[in-house]
Amino acid sequence: MTTLAKHAEPAALPKPGKPAKFGIRRIGDLKIALLFIFPAMIGFVLFFLVPTIRGIYLSFTEYSILGDPTWIGLKNYTTIFSDDLFWNAMAVTVQYVALNIGFQTVIAIGLALLMHRVAKSTFIRGVLLLPFLVANVIVALLWFWMLDYQLGIVNEVISWMGLPRIAFFGSEQWAIPTIAFVNVWRHMGYTALLIFAGLQSIPNHVYEVANLDGASPTRTFWSITMPLLRPVLALVLVVTVIGSFQVFDTVAVTTQGGPVNASRVIQMYIYQKAFGESDFGYASALSVILFIILALVAFIQMKFLKGNETDLD
Amino acid sequence: MSTSTNSRRLRESATAVVGSPQSRRTRTKPFNWRRAGAWVLIVIAVAVTLAPFLWMLRTALSSNHSLASNAGNLLPADFSWGAFQRVFGLQSPEQAIAEGGSGADINFWLYLRNSIIFATMTTAGQVFFSAMAAYAFSRLRWPGRNKVFAIFLATMMVPPIFTALPNFLMIKNLGLLNTFAGLALPFMFMTPFAIFFLRQFFLSMSREVEEAAMLDGAKHLRIFFQIVIPNAAAPLATLALLTFIGQWNEYFWPLLVGQDESVRVLTVGLGVFKSQSPQGAPDWSGLMAATLVAALPVLILFIAFGKKVVNSIGFSGIK
Repeated sequence: MTTLAKHAEPAALPKPGKPAKFGIRRIGDLKIALLFIFPAMIGFVLFFLVPTIRGIYLSFTEYSILGDPTWIGLKNYTTIFSDDLFWNAMAVTVQYVALNIGFQTVIAIGLALLMHRVAKSTFIRGVLLLPFLVANVIVALLWFWMLDYQLGIVNEVISWMGLPRIAFFGSEQWAIPTIAFVNVWRHMGYTALLIFAGLQSIPNHVYEVANLDGASPTRTFWSITMPLLRPVLALVLVVTVIGSFQVFDTVAVTTQGGPVNASRVIQMYIYQKAFGESDFGYASALSVILFIILALVAFIQMKFLKGNETDLD
Repeated sequence: MSTSTNSRRLRESATAVVGSPQSRRTRTKPFNWRRAGAWVLIVIAVAVTLAPFLWMLRTALSSNHSLASNAGNLLPADFSWGAFQRVFGLQSPEQAIAEGGSGADINFWLYLRNSIIFATMTTAGQVFFSAMAAYAFSRLRWPGRNKVFAIFLATMMVPPIFTALPNFLMIKNLGLLNTFAGLALPFMFMTPFAIFFLRQFFLSMSREVEEAAMLDGAKHLRIFFQIVIPNAAAPLATLALLTFIGQWNEYFWPLLVGQDESVRVLTVGLGVFKSQSPQGAPDWSGLMAATLVAALPVLILFIAFGKKVVNSIGFSGIK
């Protein structure tokens, strides 16, 4: 996206009727531009810039809403380093991201290929997008019911097949895979549409040449589709992985972090520290660490997958 | 947008001339196993997507007490409108408890009203102010423009939780907790995505009319309101639709600042609804009826404008 922005160099409207005096050219439309950008600038400064700086500041303080923040230097960070619950939250989150992104991406690539090659109707694309448009909370409640131990339809089917019922949200080993699966269901159609858009940008003549050379569909997929899809796939992965790291709604509605600590993902931990224990300094330090991790993940992915380059040239 | 339509046209014309390997085979052979297999997969994907929604409807039309004995029955168990009546407050508490409801006041209408106010306020403000900013970034020439735009874009990288804590403190200090102002303010002025999306569109728009108006001495404000906004009606509507759906579904921020009944939105209300079950067993049919009604506005919008949404995800790339 940033690359797009860099390339698009808008030319200014000519200013008819006004001789291009030096002073006017330098300031340009500054006055009117300030008017146009004023509301957005207020929003940017008050709700993005100031909170970012304040969040970093708070992470070096002890602050419980009452009274003023007290500067304690790096103490929050050193405490986090030896905080077992933090490391547990990281492990749980990484496990969630791996399951969620792994299944979601593979399924989405498959669906995108099907949309591209076989089912070209907008209707099918629309149907597959549907779960993404429904609130996380609603999706979570729906699956909470369908996966209920006693009455859920999924466990009915499982016991009908003669297998033991599964406590999907209630057991430690199933909680995270279940939450990951629920969000795969919600996001697979959307991710498939993003990849589908990438597939459409691969010129057809490449496939024709492969076809003339007698390449098998499998070979075509691995040697042409995947390499040419790489930039789009890299971008999709960066966005979905970052989103996945911030999973919260589904956990909050279903397990609230339990059983025990089995599904206490990092954002849930931050939320509980800030609003459960009123420890805003510690929670801020945790979100700084999350921020750094996300930036690193995005950077490594772009570097590793070379998301800025294309093989089409 | 133009590249994707171009490539589509290119692909279609190429298909017409050469024929993709699959379609050529279909023409010569009446039955193609590979293609049939692909369609089976598509049908499975569509079924997996839609079945849970049908199950939601089936449960909402069932009676709670019959759910246990008919757990595997595909049709509503002991058909009843009771769940919907509970959701809309048409049952007395005694009747609700008798049917397996919590008997507590759910105030669904209030949550619905609050969701409409919250989503409308934030969508209107965000789209309008972002359009103004996008105009400044695409049509006006001023020093530092590209730097400011890059900084705006960079904020897309900041995770929402990171700004949510300080924003909560600010809203609290301003005394705006549990007010619509507190709920809406952080979303009302801009999002980097909205500005980016509209700027891209404005850049692709022809400027001939604007330049002619400029020659006639029209000012930027007039050009913006009378030429740019009407011409950009389609992308503005698409953006408004996507924003509205996103805001309707927002959970985290309303959970932080809008706990009070008077401003509680549906997503937060549903969460509360789930934990309210005095008899131990949750009111499943009531809950499913409530989620169905809560999802309905989005489903209606989607049925009405689905094509626009689907295609916008194609060209806008990544939200």
